[in-house]
Amino acid sequence: MDLCRMPAHELGRLLRERKVSALELTDAVFSRIDAVEDKVKAYLLLLREEARSQARAVDAALAAKEELPPLAGVPLAVKDNLCMTGVETTCASKILKGFVPPYDATVIERLKEQRVVFTGKTNMDEFAMGSSTENSGFYPTANPWDLKRVPGGSSGGSAAAVAAGEAVTAIGSDTGGSIRLPAAFCGVVGLKPTYGRVSRYGLVAFASSLDQIGPITRDVRDCALLLNAIAGHDPRDSTSAPQEVPDYTEFLVPEIKGFRIGIPKEYVAEGIAPAVRDVLAEAVHLLTRMGAVVEETSLPHVSYSLPAYYLIAPAEASSNLARYDGVRYGLRVEGEDVVTMYKKTRSRGFGAEVKRRIMLGTYALSAGYYDAYYLKALKVRTLIRRDFDAAFERFDMLLSPTSPTPPFRIGEKVDDPLAMYLTDICTLAVSLAGVPGLSIPAGFAGHLPVGIQLIGPPFTEGKLLRVAYAFEQEAGITAKRPVL
Amino acid sequence: MITRKDVEHVALLGRLELSEEEIEVYTKQLGRILDYASVLNELDTENVPPMAHVLPLQNVFRQDAVGRHLDPEAVLSHAPDREDRFFRVPRLV
Repeated sequence: MDLCRMPAHELGRLLRERKVSALELTDAVFSRIDAVEDKVKAYLLLLREEARSQARAVDAALAAKEELPPLAGVPLAVKDNLCMTGVETTCASKILKGFVPPYDATVIERLKEQRVVFTGKTNMDEFAMGSSTENSGFYPTANPWDLKRVPGGSSGGSAAAVAAGEAVTAIGSDTGGSIRLPAAFCGVVGLKPTYGRVSRYGLVAFASSLDQIGPITRDVRDCALLLNAIAGHDPRDSTSAPQEVPDYTEFLVPEIKGFRIGIPKEYVAEGIAPAVRDVLAEAVHLLTRMGAVVEETSLPHVSYSLPAYYLIAPAEASSNLARYDGVRYGLRVEGEDVVTMYKKTRSRGFGAEVKRRIMLGTYALSAGYYDAYYLKALKVRTLIRRDFDAAFERFDMLLSPTSPTPPFRIGEKVDDPLAMYLTDICTLAVSLAGVPGLSIPAGFAGHLPVGIQLIGPPFTEGKLLRVAYAFEQEAGITAKRPVL
Repeated sequence: MITRKDVEHVALLGRLELSEEEIEVYTKQLGRILDYASVLNELDTENVPPMAHVLPLQNVFRQDAVGRHLDPEAVLSHAPDREDRFFRVPRLV
């Protein structure tokens, strides 16, 4: 029985049946971390002792026959942009090195209620800006399937940890694809919920109108369980939605007859690698065989999502990141007056990509350019959302590749920002429209995992999970794990 | 086209101190990215409303009551420099 390869729902059953203790499970995960972390570098911070004491507490509760939530005792990794009381939170940035939040993000609070075991904080692109985790201010993370390749980003550490067995499940955040892309590159499941489904309170802000927190898991059932735990309204995030949270596991039935699934032709056009196209074609074949009705459709403005996103997200980031000024927390580099202090602190503390986006966003918002760039991008965002609304009149959901290519080599795109940005071409529009996107493993390009993305109308995570579950049962992809 | 002067101006607005090399690289890279962004001009958006936010939320109200708040000492303990219950900064003027 390899505890490091099993999904959370199976481990939860073993824990409740007392076939394995939470401490044994936690120790097994940390042994795995000791064995492979040197190669993968998924974590920025490990919480070994804290995890062991959380596990012991769960074991004590189990021994006392307490009724525990489904994820109790399950080792879970947290992306380093979520605040956790007493635990250093850096966003992989030198400017936040040493910052220890005095409060919990709402998602962390809810996971503590679930009594999960927190393994540590995972690596990411600095402030979640990137598609490969190479923009971490500390070190890059490797893809567990091929250590010379990137795990995707920005939640690369979370996805790599789950794929490598260094955590059972993980939390990521997604602004333009930062959960879905690394999930696809690492062969795991990743969900960006509908904007507003999960509270952002305590998530270090990148682009506030786009950021969403979501699960990264070994299989679809775990994804439903984790979404159950974190979704719901929060008075501390005024953009969190008041919609009821259903029990997402109730959607998991392997029956999709009559589901109407649209394939936006723009997502199978030029620029999509043949191997990715093949995996998508296979998936369509399988879904059709299972009784779904799969047809081509169109999102006419989707090709404009990349330029629109790379104006809107940096504009919001340039404003959000103004708070890093060396006054209240984090790094300070002294200067003779306050403006010099700001400039020296920010220039030393931020990495190249973060500075590039602050520059881009500041430019797009500056006098004389606001209408031409930022306002224009917001109008195009409306057109993109309308495309989705129109498509969802005919289809229950849409299907696309998650990434146009399999994972690329470390270093391949670092000097060409535009080439790096193109990695997100299949995920950006979903973020701009605020709708949910679920990436699931669908096949391989040689030894490298390939993911597909299911996209639904707002608050239809349940339906997406159902189709994903049915597909997963039929395709049997998740049985494969990387050899390290 | 974005010029070196634009980059210097934007760096000042964004409170960044850029090296000679950074100014050169960013002038080129921002130029390329903004060139690429100009494809948005192909679209007629004359009568399209801008979407700053996807949710149809208007004002979100709460009771004007004192709630739980962070302990000031816990907050100030992160300050690179402080005096009593204040953050200390270099001179402003």
